[in-house]
Amino acid sequence: MTHPPDPGPAPVLALRDVSKSFGAVRALRGVSLELFPGEVHALAGENGAGKSTLIKTLAGVHRPDAGQVLLDGEPVAFHGPGDARDAGIAVIYQEPTLFPDLSIAENIFMGRQPRRALGRIDHKATHAATAALMRRLGVDLDPDRPARGLSIADQQIVEIAKALSFDARVLIMDEPTAALTGSEVARLFGVVRTLGEQGAVVLFISHRLEEIFQICRRVTTLRDGAWIASEPVDGMTEDDLVRRMVGRDLDELYPKQDVTPGDVALSVRRLTREGVFTDVSFEVRRGEIVGLAGLVGAGRTEVARAVFGVDRWDAGEVDVDGRRLTNGAPSTAMAAGLALVPEDRRAQGLVMDMSIERNIGLTGLRTTVKAGLVDRGAERSRSLDWAVKLQVKYARIADAVSTLSGGNQQKVVLAKWLATGPKVLIVDEPTRGIDVGTKAEVHRLLSQLAADGVAVLMISSDLPEILGMADRVLVMHEGRITAEIPRSDATEETVMAAATGRAAA
Amino acid sequence: MTVTAPDHAPPAEVPKSSGTRLVDRVFKMRELAILVVFLVMIAVTQAGNSEFLSEQGIKDLLLNATILVLVATGQSLVVITRNVDLSVGSTLGISAFAAGTCLHGGGNAVVAIALAVLLGVGCGLLNGLLVSLGQVPALVVTLGTLYIIRGIDSIWVGSRQITAADLPGGFVDFGSGGLSAIPWLALIALAVLLATAYYLKHFGSGRELYALGSNPEAARLAGIPVRKRILAAYTVCGALAGLAGALYLARFGNVDSGTGNGYELTVVSAVVVGGVAFTGGSGSVYGAALGGLLLTSINSVLPALGVSSVWVLAINGVLLLLAIAVDRIVALRVAAALKKRKARHA
Repeated sequence: MTHPPDPGPAPVLALRDVSKSFGAVRALRGVSLELFPGEVHALAGENGAGKSTLIKTLAGVHRPDAGQVLLDGEPVAFHGPGDARDAGIAVIYQEPTLFPDLSIAENIFMGRQPRRALGRIDHKATHAATAALMRRLGVDLDPDRPARGLSIADQQIVEIAKALSFDARVLIMDEPTAALTGSEVARLFGVVRTLGEQGAVVLFISHRLEEIFQICRRVTTLRDGAWIASEPVDGMTEDDLVRRMVGRDLDELYPKQDVTPGDVALSVRRLTREGVFTDVSFEVRRGEIVGLAGLVGAGRTEVARAVFGVDRWDAGEVDVDGRRLTNGAPSTAMAAGLALVPEDRRAQGLVMDMSIERNIGLTGLRTTVKAGLVDRGAERSRSLDWAVKLQVKYARIADAVSTLSGGNQQKVVLAKWLATGPKVLIVDEPTRGIDVGTKAEVHRLLSQLAADGVAVLMISSDLPEILGMADRVLVMHEGRITAEIPRSDATEETVMAAATGRAAA
Repeated sequence: MTVTAPDHAPPAEVPKSSGTRLVDRVFKMRELAILVVFLVMIAVTQAGNSEFLSEQGIKDLLLNATILVLVATGQSLVVITRNVDLSVGSTLGISAFAAGTCLHGGGNAVVAIALAVLLGVGCGLLNGLLVSLGQVPALVVTLGTLYIIRGIDSIWVGSRQITAADLPGGFVDFGSGGLSAIPWLALIALAVLLATAYYLKHFGSGRELYALGSNPEAARLAGIPVRKRILAAYTVCGALAGLAGALYLARFGNVDSGTGNGYELTVVSAVVVGGVAFTGGSGSVYGAALGGLLLTSINSVLPALGVSSVWVLAINGVLLLLAIAVDRIVALRVAAALKKRKARHA
């Protein structure tokens, strides 16, 4: 099935020495890439390596600061996503954007419906064309069904059908398998292979290395914005690929200190929220970092929210430091010494238009309020203290947090919660979307906290982070904890097997 | 690894289109439900008072609904795009007075109606521009224009009043006449309703209104001219409010600076009772029209049953809450049904 790499045809789409900076961050540094017709090409790299920027450059969202995008060998300048689409480049994001109220057929042909006389939509032709696309993709989806309620996998199929409907020659798939089950992945790969055989180019991004080896012919690796290698997958091992992606001592990025776990600080027993998660039990000890892994949508965030009291649970118990928590009451959870750093820092973790000082001060209002009034002096000194401890980079402490970079915003959220002096800290995706340098700082901080006796529960979709930082790994799959793996046995293989519901060997 | 099969992976599939049928049925039911409630209410009233469905009775029922149906049709277009137009009452009032002034000065009826529509178009354009360019929530923008238009109306009209005596006889006759029990005005409203429904279903720009109400971000990505569509929806809404103003004049013959005051809330109620989702992207103008018919009929039903009309407002409120509750429950059940099927599938 895998064709030998053949140097004959010219690349359909190519990047030549492309660079792109955002402020001081150099997201891409002289990257080149060639995509040949009929090939499934993998793009590998750690989070923050520049994969997203590269995709967005190809998709016309970003314009390169230097270098060229070549289409059929000719330099092109995309002024927006529309230009790239017209050139036959389609991007399928991890979370598709559909119209939930409209039918699948309408979703695919919106704005481009076949017309009858007087510009009226030809509903029959639209339906037929959609049915034909579904047959071509080998899936059984009713064109008249509304998009609401479709699984992520089916939504992706609709996006792929949309791309095919305007004869896309290049299909870019950004972590399409992150939220899929095993059988859904198999179906998607069937579709991808078919597209390749029909001459389309697929640029495939995945953090699951085995998928790259399973479906791709060549792989391009990026690291810290720079091009590392473009080579055939044949003959490579996963270790080779990881070495190219990481390229540095893992200890540096994951400065985990060895600790001896103390008493149980957080104890969750048989926690259930109907339809969301079931029978979840675990313990976190003082000084321990416990990783909670799993696919997007496995229920990890929901468990954290329930433990903290943001959502109610239907059954089970939660103890923090021996104190039983009240169902659905964040204030008692906070009083017991629990802190939650939420997944979405912009929407849930911060008040974006408020100053750094006040954001950090929010959790301390209990102690800084005197006679009903906030003691601004106390608030400021407390905030400054934590901002300095966490090395937040800011101009003035009175600046709005929205002016800070993503990594520094994350530090402010951490400061806000660390200022409460928690016994148990739950962090949900603590390093998502922040640069490598800050990431290492956050890791060092978490490690230091654990060494100081704080119990840390770390939810992360970043497998190397889980493997690098956690003393123990809990894995969730479809609302249940399916595995508990000690640090010594935790590998990408064992964790992913449990996360995707494939029984561990 | 486990996958070696080429081509299409075997889809261990869902029984085809059962999801479609279920959801379809629910949404068709939504309009059907209002129709049933309406018919039951009429039947009960007729049973209690055999005079109710006389020729004049039917005519009154239809005449009362006409103006609300027109404005609700326009409002639906805006609500479908996930916006709202609260200025329709003010627009109706000012265009009714403008049409009346034109006729009072000896103007032609067609010119007067055209003037009212044009004035409505102007108000709609103003709203549409502010909402689409200003990136300000429609609720706030149109609350502002509600007061602005009402204010201009008050300054212009002052304490003046237009009565049926000021209007040409033919115009007043047109307002109360019709084809036996069916008033001319109702026929106009029906024509507008049918045309709008046809447009929404069969024209690309009509479907795009649903698309951008359903997911504005996806609409932008799909290359839909979002601002242009929103502007168009507001313009048509304003035009229909203007037309409704002219018909109001023909029907009642009596216009002053307070005409149409508070009407926007009745209109929004009719739209919501009719199942047009306030979150955009779903519902139909037929539903909104039925909602309008239901709300205005209560006005006639209660007196016919010997109930004091002071109950009307409270009953309208209950209907509104009921409609929203039904929508919410239906949405939850559909979601649960789809989820269950997915679970079975997996």
